[in-house]
Amino acid sequence: MHPAGPAAATIATLWWVMLIGASAIFLFVMVLLVLAFRRAPAPQAPAAEQRQERIWIAALGLGFPLAVLSSLLAYGLVVGERLLPRPASDVVTVRAEGRQWAWSFSYADAPGRITGDVLHVPAGRPVDVQITSADVIHSFWVPRLAGKLDAIPGHVNVLRIEAWAPGDYAGVNAEYNGPGYRGHVFTVRAHDEAGWGRFLAGGAP
Amino acid sequence: MNALRRHRALTRIWASEPGWRGWFTTVNHTDLGRMFMLAAVVFFLIGGILAMLIRAQLATPRSAFMGPDVYNQVFTMHGTIMMFLFAIPLFEGIAVYLLPKLLGARDLAFPRLTAYGFWCYAFGGSLLLVSLFLGVAPDGGWFMYPPLTSRASSPGINTDFWLLGITFVEISAICAAVEITVTVLRYRAPGMSLSRMPIFAWYALVTAVMILTGFPPLILGSILLELERAFDMPFFVTARGGDSLLWQHLFWLFGHPEVYIIFLPAAGVISTILPVMARTTLLGYGWVVAAAVALGVLGFGLWVHHMFATGIPHMALAFFSAASTLVAVPTAVQVFAWIGTLWKGSPTLTLPMLWILAFFATFVIGGLTGVMVAVVPFDWQVHDTHFVVAHLHYVLVGGFVFPMLAALYYWMPHVTGRKRFFRLGETAFWLIAGGFHVTFLAVHWAGLLGQRRRIHTYDEGQGWEVINLIASIGGFATAIGFALVIVDVVANAAMAVRGSRDPWRAGTLEWAMPTPPPAYNFASLPQVASRDPLHDEPELPARLARGEGYLGDPSRNRRETLVVEVASGEPAQIVVFPANTALPILMAFVTGGIFLGMLLKLYWLVPVAVLGVAALVARWAWSLGSTREEGPQDVGRGLALPLAAEAADPPGWWGTRFLLLANVTLFGSLLFGYAFLWTVAPGWPPAAYLQPGLAGPALLLAGIPLSVGGIRMTDRALRRGRGPWIGLVLGVAGAGATGLAATTLLLGTAHDAHAYDATVWVLGGYVLFHATLAGAMTLFLGARIAAGYVTGRRIGEARIVRLWHDYMAAVALLGLGAAWLPGLAM
Repeated sequence: MHPAGPAAATIATLWWVMLIGASAIFLFVMVLLVLAFRRAPAPQAPAAEQRQERIWIAALGLGFPLAVLSSLLAYGLVVGERLLPRPASDVVTVRAEGRQWAWSFSYADAPGRITGDVLHVPAGRPVDVQITSADVIHSFWVPRLAGKLDAIPGHVNVLRIEAWAPGDYAGVNAEYNGPGYRGHVFTVRAHDEAGWGRFLAGGAP
Repeated sequence: MNALRRHRALTRIWASEPGWRGWFTTVNHTDLGRMFMLAAVVFFLIGGILAMLIRAQLATPRSAFMGPDVYNQVFTMHGTIMMFLFAIPLFEGIAVYLLPKLLGARDLAFPRLTAYGFWCYAFGGSLLLVSLFLGVAPDGGWFMYPPLTSRASSPGINTDFWLLGITFVEISAICAAVEITVTVLRYRAPGMSLSRMPIFAWYALVTAVMILTGFPPLILGSILLELERAFDMPFFVTARGGDSLLWQHLFWLFGHPEVYIIFLPAAGVISTILPVMARTTLLGYGWVVAAAVALGVLGFGLWVHHMFATGIPHMALAFFSAASTLVAVPTAVQVFAWIGTLWKGSPTLTLPMLWILAFFATFVIGGLTGVMVAVVPFDWQVHDTHFVVAHLHYVLVGGFVFPMLAALYYWMPHVTGRKRFFRLGETAFWLIAGGFHVTFLAVHWAGLLGQRRRIHTYDEGQGWEVINLIASIGGFATAIGFALVIVDVVANAAMAVRGSRDPWRAGTLEWAMPTPPPAYNFASLPQVASRDPLHDEPELPARLARGEGYLGDPSRNRRETLVVEVASGEPAQIVVFPANTALPILMAFVTGGIFLGMLLKLYWLVPVAVLGVAALVARWAWSLGSTREEGPQDVGRGLALPLAAEAADPPGWWGTRFLLLANVTLFGSLLFGYAFLWTVAPGWPPAAYLQPGLAGPALLLAGIPLSVGGIRMTDRALRRGRGPWIGLVLGVAGAGATGLAATTLLLGTAHDAHAYDATVWVLGGYVLFHATLAGAMTLFLGARIAAGYVTGRRIGEARIVRLWHDYMAAVALLGLGAAWLPGLAM
C-alpha cells in the first residue's frame, strides 16, 4: 500500500483506522475467553442469569457492535462520497475499453486518438475514466491510484482517479476473465503539464 | 415383553437390508446420514488436494507446474467442491443423522426422499468429478460470470458440467430442506414444545428455510444460462436485450445467504456443545434463537455487497453496506452469549472445546475483516484480491470447518459407540489451527500488496515471493493435520474400547439411546418436560428401553413414529413409514437422464427421462396409504391417536407447502429477472411485443375458475360422501385450458430473437409445466379415489392436489399477465 493519489491515500487511512479498531476488538474477545477459564463459575440462580443476560447479550452483544458499526458506517459513507466523480472545472475524461486480453484507451480532449495498453493522463488533475467492455467482464484497477471498477458489456462505469506526481503506475484487470487473465495489464502514464500538452497535440510524449 | 425381545422385534422392522443391497435400498436416516457425511468428507479430501495444488503452484514465482488452462479448472473446482459438494451436504448429513435423535423421533419426515436426495447428490457430484478427471472441468471461477461462461467465450462442455451438475446436486439440498423443516416442526417427542427444542433444531430449521428461499435463484440462473448455451436464448447477451449483471444478481441472491446457510449449522453445533463442555446451560436461549432468525432474514439483504465494484449508485451501495455491517449484530449476540455461557459454567479443555476456541480465534478475525470489506471504499481497493480470499477462508474454515471438527469429536462416541483411545487428535489440532493461520494471515498480506486472486502465477520482484512461500508451507502443515484427523478417527472407530452411553453427560435425547444407535433410535418415545430431558431423569434411557414411553409395542409390525402439534408439542398423529426400497436410487438415476441428455446434447433423452421420473413418482405416491380405515390406534401410556393418513394435514401436505415455498421463490426470481432486464438492460425495447389477442386471455379466464373450483368441488363431495367425478373433470379441463393459454406465449414469440422473447418463453413454459402437473395430479387423484385410497376421512391427498391447483392458478395469472402486459400497454 503505497498510495500515489488522493483516492488511494484516503482508502489507506481508512484501512489503518479499521486495522487498529479490529485488533483492539479481537484482543478484547480473546481476553474474555481466557478469563472464562481462569475464574470460578458464576452462581446459578434465575436472578443471576438475568443479570448475566443483560451484561453479555444486551450490552456486549447488541450495544457494543451497534455503536462501533454505526460510527464505522458513517465514516465509510463520507469517504465513499469523497471518492465519487464530482463535476469540477479541471476534470479530464478518458475512456477505457477492455477486451480479452487487452485495453484500449481514448481521450475526450484528443478525438480519434487511441492508445493500447498505456493510458495517458495529466498529473495533479482529477481524471474520470469511463470504463466498458467489448466482450466479457473485466475490472479496471490501478492499485496505487484508486479502487477498482468493473467493465461490463453494455454498461459504462465512471471511476475518478488522480495521480499526484508524473510517472508510470501499474494497472491490472481485476476480474477473472479466462486464460489470459494474468497478463491482462496496462500502464497509467501521468504527464506533467508540458508532456500532457505534447500528448494531446499528437506528439510522442 | 422384555427390553431384549423388544430390541429384536424393532430391529427386524426397521433394519436396512443386510450386505451390499442395504446401501442401495436403505431409507433409514442413520444409514443415510452416515452416507451423506462420508461422501461429503470424500469431496472435502478431493477439494483439499486441489487446494494443495493451488498452493504448490503459487509457492514460487513463475512456476511452470500448471499453465492457466489447468490452473483455472483447479481453482474453479476447489471452490465449487468445497461450497456445493462438501459444506452443504455435510450439514445435510449431520441434520439427517442427528435431528430425529435430538427431537425424539424414529426417522425423518420423508425417508424415501432422504434417500432420493442422497443419490441425486452422489450422481451429480460424480458428474463433476468425471469432468475433473477428463480434464474438461469448469474453468470460469466458482461464480461463473457470463459472458465469460456464455457460448461465445466458453464453447467447451466445461461450463455445462457445472450448470447441470450443480443443479442436479441442488435437488438434494431442496429435498433435505423440505425434510428438515417438516421434521423439526412436527416430528418431535410429545411434550417438546418449540421453546423446549434443542437449540440445534432451531438452527437447522432456519437453515432449511434459507435453503428453500436461497437456492432457487441460483437454480433459475443455471437454467437460464444453460438455455442460453443450448438453445441460444439471449438472457445474458447485451446485443440482444440480455444483461450479464442479471446473473450476478441471481448468483449472489443465492451466494450470500449461502454463507449463512453454511455458518448457521456450525453455530448450532457450538450452541449445543459449548454449554455441555462448560457444565451449564446456554445463556440466553431465546436471544440466541432470535439471533439465528435475524441472521436468516438479514442474510437476504446483502447480496449486493459482492457487487460493490459493478458501478451500482453509491446511495444504493450505502444501503447494502449498512445491511452488511448490521448482520454483524446478531453474530455478536451469539458470540457474546457463548462467552457468557463459558463464564457462567466451568469450562474444561477437552478436544471439542479446543476446536471451539479455534473457532473463536479464527471466526472473530474473519468477521472483523468482513466488516472491513463491507465498507464500500475499502472494498473497491481489495475486491478480487487475495485479501478477500483470506477473508472468506477465515469465515468458512473458522466458521464451519473448525466447529465441524468439534462436532466430529463430540459425536464420534455416538456414531461408533467407542471411547477415544488414540490421542492423535491433539497433534492434529495444533497442525491444522496453526497451519491455517500461517497460511491465511500471509494471504491477507499478499492481497494488501495487490496480489489478485485467480492469477496462475506472478513475477519476481513484487515482494510476494516470501509471503507466498510461507502461505504454502502453512497450507501443507494444515493438510498433514487433516490426514492425522482421518488416521485418528479410523483408528478410534476400529479399535478403541467401548464407551459409556453418555460420555459428556449431556442432557439432550440423542444420548438416551444405545450407541452405536439402533435402526429404530428409541425403543419407545419419551415424554419431554424440559430442554434437557436426560438431566431431569438420568434413568430415562433404561425406561425407554423397557418400553415405558410411547409406541413401545412393536406388534403392529410396521415402522411407526409420532407427529406432534407444531407449537405445543402435544401428540397428534401416528405416522407409518415406508420400508426399504430401491425406488429412490432408481428415480435419481432416471433423473440423471435429464441432465445427461442436456449435457451430451442428446435432447431426445430429456423428455424420455422426464416421463420416466413422472412414472416413478406415480409409483412412489401410489405405494403410500391404505384402503382400510383404522380409526384411532393405541400408542401406549393410555393414549390413542389417528393415523396421519386419516388426518386432514398429513406430513405430505406440510411438505408440499414448503416445496411450494421454494417454487414460489423460483418464480419470484424469474419475475425479478424479467423486471430487471426490462428496466436495466441496455438493449431494450425489443423489436415487437407479443400481442395478447383474444384466445389466450379467454382460455386463462376460463381455466382458472374451472381448475380452482373443480378441485374444491371434489374436496367437498368427498367430505360429504358424494361422487367426486364432476369436480375432477372440471379440474382437469381447467388445467388443460390454462396450459393452452400458456401455449399461446410459445407460439407468439421466437425464443432466440431477444431477451424479452426468451423470458416470455420461460414464463410460458413454467405455466405450461404447472398446468400439466396439476392435470396429471388430478387424474392420479381420480385413480386413487377409484381404488379406495382417498375417502372423506382420508382426504389428505385431495388437499395436496388442491394446493397445486391453487399454485398453478396464481402463477398462471401472474406469469401470463406479466408476459401480456407490455403488449397491452404499448
